[in-house]
Amino acid sequence: MTTLSREETDALIAEVLEVYPEKAKKDRTKHLAVNDQTIEQSKKCITSNRKSLPGVMTIRGCAYAGSKGVVWGPIKDMIHISHGPVGCGQYSRAGRRNYYVGTTGVDTFGTMNFTSDFQEKDIVFGGDKKLAKLIEEIEELFPLNKGISVQSECPIGLIGDDIESVSKKAAKAIDKPVVPVRCEGFRGVSQSLGHHIANDAIRDWVLDKRDGQPFEGTPYDVAIIGDYNIGGDAWATRIILEEMGLRVVSQWSGDGTIAEMMNSPRVKLNLLHCYRSMNYISRHMEEKYGIPYIEYNFFGPTKIIESLRKIAAFFDDSIKEKTEAVIARYQPMMDAIIAKYRPRLEGKKVMLYVGGLRPRHVIGAYEDLGMEVIGTGYEFGHNDDYDRTIKEMGDATLLYDDVTGFELEEFVKKLKPDMVGSGIKEKYIFQKMGIPLRQMHSWDYSGPYHGYDGFAIFARDMDIALSSPVFGNLVPPWKKAAEEVKKAA
Amino acid sequence: MANIMIQQGASGGLVFYLPKRDLEASIESIEFDTPEKWGGELKLDNGGTYFIDPIAKPARLPISLRAKRLGAAED
Repeated sequence: MTTLSREETDALIAEVLEVYPEKAKKDRTKHLAVNDQTIEQSKKCITSNRKSLPGVMTIRGCAYAGSKGVVWGPIKDMIHISHGPVGCGQYSRAGRRNYYVGTTGVDTFGTMNFTSDFQEKDIVFGGDKKLAKLIEEIEELFPLNKGISVQSECPIGLIGDDIESVSKKAAKAIDKPVVPVRCEGFRGVSQSLGHHIANDAIRDWVLDKRDGQPFEGTPYDVAIIGDYNIGGDAWATRIILEEMGLRVVSQWSGDGTIAEMMNSPRVKLNLLHCYRSMNYISRHMEEKYGIPYIEYNFFGPTKIIESLRKIAAFFDDSIKEKTEAVIARYQPMMDAIIAKYRPRLEGKKVMLYVGGLRPRHVIGAYEDLGMEVIGTGYEFGHNDDYDRTIKEMGDATLLYDDVTGFELEEFVKKLKPDMVGSGIKEKYIFQKMGIPLRQMHSWDYSGPYHGYDGFAIFARDMDIALSSPVFGNLVPPWKKAAEEVKKAA
Repeated sequence: MANIMIQQGASGGLVFYLPKRDLEASIESIEFDTPEKWGGELKLDNGGTYFIDPIAKPARLPISLRAKRLGAAED
């Protein structure tokens, strides 16, 4: 498969969109683009963060998913109540693999599901009393919890329950933070608004609660923001930062605690990994507390080195020296990995379709292995994400926003990548088509992928997927035999 | 009226941010830019124009302000 020219990619988009009715076609055209590195602003070529068309297969989530699942859920020592019917919490519990240290059910509650289990009578008469009772019960059964958050599901907004007043009362009664989060699923076009709502709730109910209290700081305090510790990512990140001589005060929110969040306003620098889900709180801290934030990327040695130097530039020479020492120490390990895997992976083509930061962040890691990303897209990205993506992607590669099931399948059929990086919903479709797929949401139950240690695992996993003999056996033996006979004849 | 945030860009210029719509754009021109009077009409690089009431130049950026939309960017 050779790389397509600009015209060919344009023609490909037009061809795929051919089947849509006129109106749908017009709408979808705006979400598909050919990358042009000369464009400064993504809005000139791609539209994003718009409502998905009814009738197409989208894999977006809802505001509740963005708040409970992404931002609040990993805070391990709080209990997150899925307030509403049982399904939203039950079918999403413990699926995200944001690892944490602690004894589940005693002092940490990450993989548990707490729900108010709404019944018809709660919809008719309101669920406020139930919520108050639930908080009481939680306090009695799990006294080591450090706080409670109330994550609203759709009906709460629809019936107009006043969770704020219940929370305030309960907070006083149990003397712990109780945070009402208005993240009803119907808000916004995707989980992205849920991130925003969750960030605002943290800002209003958590962040400033320790202002003015004594804190023993050092000039090297930093916070890791927007790392959800999928498969241990935040730990791999933390190792490097601590080797650099920095003190990681808080982790947001993978393996994080509410106390860490309250201490965050004392740090000197916020390190922002997932820009999409946590930029709101970083901007707030920059304004209110004067803490600058920088985006960094810990996928693949090239980007890690770039990011480490960028971070070190904020600190004095001792940190800079240690950073160079860290880079030098890991370089042989990285060289060995690249020497081992690059010959096996060189020139392979990848298409990505994920959310958050990965559609642009992992490009560098693939390039370190000699692979090429020929198409990428966000489930719920905004224009500022695409602004940052344009520079990372090669010229005339494909960009797709909120791509539909049909479009992604067609693109893959036409572009024939050697591998797709996406989620569980795409995995078996493409694997049955004979294309290996690695889940880039959950790292396919592997990980971590962040940091130097993560890159070793990343390289191995990509090799496992691509070199698996199973993809050579897609044609059943009886058909293979027939083909060989034909050839012989 | 909309809540906006003005911050210092990496390349030296000012950056305009509209949280409600996650709109980030660099400010091409600002009407008043003196220590005692700062603000007025803001021209953005995406074609939009906004107006903020002139205030004394803020000691520290970013700053959150209320802004009136004069001309929207096409989108």
